[in-house]
Amino acid sequence: MHASKRISLSPSRREFIKSAAASGFLLAFYVPAHAVNEPEQAPDDTKGKFVPNAFIRIDKSGTTTLVMPQVEMGQGIYTGVAMILAEELDADPAKILLEHAPSNEKFYTNPLLGIQATGGSTSLRAFWMPLRTAGATARAMLVQAAAQQWHVEPASCTTSRGEVSHAASNRKLSYGALIDAAGRITPPKNVPLKDPAKFVLVGTPQKRFDTPNKVNGKVIYGIDAMVPGMQFATLAACPVFGGKVAHVDDAAAKALPGVRQVIVLDNLVAVVGDHMWAVKKGLEALKISWAEGEHAKLSSTDIWEDIRSASHKDGVIAKTQGDVEKGLSKGQRFEADYELPFLAHATMEPLNCMVWLKEDSCELWLGTQIIARVQQTTAALTGLPIDKVTVHNHLIGGGFGRRLEPDMALNAVRIAQHMKGVPVKVVWTREEDIQQDIYRPIYRNVISASLADGKVAAWKYKVCGASIIARWLPPGFQKGIDGDAVDSAVDMPYDIPDFQVQYLRVEPRAVPTGWWRGVGPNNNVFAIESFMDELARKAAKDPIAFRRDMLGKQPRLLAALDLVAAKSDWGKPLPSRVGRGVCVQPSFGSFIATVVEAEVDQHGEVLLRRVTTAVDVGTLVNPDSVEAQLQGGLVFGLTAALYGEITIKKGRVEQSNFNDYRMLRIDQMPKIDVHLIKSGEPPGGVGETGTTAGPPALRNAIFAATGIALKRLPIDRNLLAGSTRA
Amino acid sequence: MPQTRTLNINGESKAVDVPDDMPLLWVLRDVLAMTGTKFGCGIAQCGACTVHLEGKAVRSCVLPVSAVGERAVTTIEAVGNSPAGARVQKAWLELEVVQCGYCQSGQIMSASALLTRTPAPDDADIDAAMAGNICRCGTYVRIREAVKRAAADRAAS
Repeated sequence: MHASKRISLSPSRREFIKSAAASGFLLAFYVPAHAVNEPEQAPDDTKGKFVPNAFIRIDKSGTTTLVMPQVEMGQGIYTGVAMILAEELDADPAKILLEHAPSNEKFYTNPLLGIQATGGSTSLRAFWMPLRTAGATARAMLVQAAAQQWHVEPASCTTSRGEVSHAASNRKLSYGALIDAAGRITPPKNVPLKDPAKFVLVGTPQKRFDTPNKVNGKVIYGIDAMVPGMQFATLAACPVFGGKVAHVDDAAAKALPGVRQVIVLDNLVAVVGDHMWAVKKGLEALKISWAEGEHAKLSSTDIWEDIRSASHKDGVIAKTQGDVEKGLSKGQRFEADYELPFLAHATMEPLNCMVWLKEDSCELWLGTQIIARVQQTTAALTGLPIDKVTVHNHLIGGGFGRRLEPDMALNAVRIAQHMKGVPVKVVWTREEDIQQDIYRPIYRNVISASLADGKVAAWKYKVCGASIIARWLPPGFQKGIDGDAVDSAVDMPYDIPDFQVQYLRVEPRAVPTGWWRGVGPNNNVFAIESFMDELARKAAKDPIAFRRDMLGKQPRLLAALDLVAAKSDWGKPLPSRVGRGVCVQPSFGSFIATVVEAEVDQHGEVLLRRVTTAVDVGTLVNPDSVEAQLQGGLVFGLTAALYGEITIKKGRVEQSNFNDYRMLRIDQMPKIDVHLIKSGEPPGGVGETGTTAGPPALRNAIFAATGIALKRLPIDRNLLAGSTRA
Repeated sequence: MPQTRTLNINGESKAVDVPDDMPLLWVLRDVLAMTGTKFGCGIAQCGACTVHLEGKAVRSCVLPVSAVGERAVTTIEAVGNSPAGARVQKAWLELEVVQCGYCQSGQIMSASALLTRTPAPDDADIDAAMAGNICRCGTYVRIREAVKRAAADRAAS
């Protein structure tokens, strides 16, 4: 399968570049952003086409346009969605075009999230059946149209690669030739879906639609969008959380060549000009006094003291079974606390948004995971009717949850309100991107457990942390319980007779918190799997054997665990200061077992040697993308475990760029072996499962190598320095 | 102060009127509308902005345009015209390296400069040449394989 439509540089763009180079004057240039977008922005162009539903449009030539209800952030979902639709439709893969979905909650709401959003590893879980049904229904209408024309039974017709055939009479019609007749047919209900045994696309490794233009510089992300007469802007928000602008001396900035305007809003200052360099220098030349406000002295220590002292209180019971207090009083009782830090997202594409605000309309260009919310909040901010706000979505240069927020769009609209109708592209510096993030919250988990007969007999678990749901999707926060915060804790896989999970909402002072790849399970799987390793040691059992004995009701997870044990050489001797650690989790509807092998040197530095993972994600739509997501997700999680922490001092984020907010690089990469288990179950989530699996497996490898039971992330090298093998 | 200068980019002369200290990155992106070269950090920490200067990989976000002079600049838009660049792009697609893709212009520029200089790199060569390029999607495993594939492709041809 390949995308037949590869848009090259448009003539207008070539001409512009040529003429601009000749004149040397480059202020106002014309590059229609959508003309170089790939895939193209969805136009409302359904005229003369067969439009059986919101996902499929077929024209007379047979060209089949598939509208993508979920955004492409690198996870491969455009290809996955297209494969599912094309499979049931029996489309001709050579005639497929993809379009970004426009903002339209009626058609493109994610059924698992309740809004038009991409996140939480829900895309295939949410859309697997709707897409199959959409494809099968469209196919049934085309078959019926052909059957009517031929006066034969629809059941006697077959379809393949964009054609309906009637073998008995040796007749064929292309889908393109049937669109008018098919368009007159009422969409049938309860159309039978294809037998998975007959899938020709789903389950086979397919080349991605979006990658060819990502290796030749042609892809257009939001940050690359351009429109006629645009100007560039960058901004500085108050570095102290909650602070405001007190005074700005902009004389030096305005004297710089290329600087056109300085815009002062209540909490931020933006410089507008001819290019990013002019406005970046302009920003540096500003003398800004900030009214720092009540958080001017806030530090990480204060925030940790808040959550630690709050964590002594009881939370709201999210799940209970048996009698946990009675269970804890029997056998040997153990307790532990685990903590996770604030994290930034650091998407490779820094936050940005271009806005063209006119008197009676507004257009935005950006890559967002929540297009409808961007449209709605822009309408509310500008007072424009919602249908006068158009959001052009783009392929996204990394989302990881950061683009589930509309703040980059709203700030850009507020700036555009001072632009008098001139379009402006607002690009955040990396420093601003790190220091004005909406952070993964800190968490503290308090656990008590008892052991009896070498198994966990009772388990009492309390999650303390912010509720993102309560802010982001208030109806999802009910009776004091945040379903995301306790995800993978209330449904932990182990068979434990007496069991209780509590949630205690503790909002950190000042620091805004939001979704981060792996969401709630990141925290819970880390705490659960860390403590399981410690309990295994207390029970004098091998960590895998200890887990196996409690996974009797989890056949899919058990199969993954057994496979990873075999593939990782579990149990084979290792050199001194090298250990293997395991993690199992049923999060995001996928079943994954992971072993990390790591070495801890005398300085406490941790070297990743090898990662092995076995995963049952249900039906593998595009196996190659599943493998890629596992590889990448593991790197994302391991990066956080090794280096990730945002700290606060004097009300400000201390980190600023990749020099002090470190990333795993290729020279520290271990070998990663992904073993995919075939399954006929519906697809589970794959985007986040590796992220969640990496940190506990690494932490447990360090435990095996050194005997040191780390209680928080990122790993503390001082604690590990000079340690000896347990 | 701004002055007109002529740059040699992808074999074409480009006259631009920009300040001396303006990094090449912003000249490419915001003045010449060549957006294939990416902004990632602005301080030569992530490699997203990598281009070739006389065939060598450089970070365009910290390279003042005045330091470029008449030397040949190659960007992602034209790297496929060189044998090494074409092999790298091909290997990248064959092994489906790319996820979000935002860092991949820089990765491909670093990898093709490596292969031009070192046709048969070992793991240490790859680490040394590619460690300046961050990928948040974590495509490193496939990047390593693809560099080796591109090198083998040359050996085979």
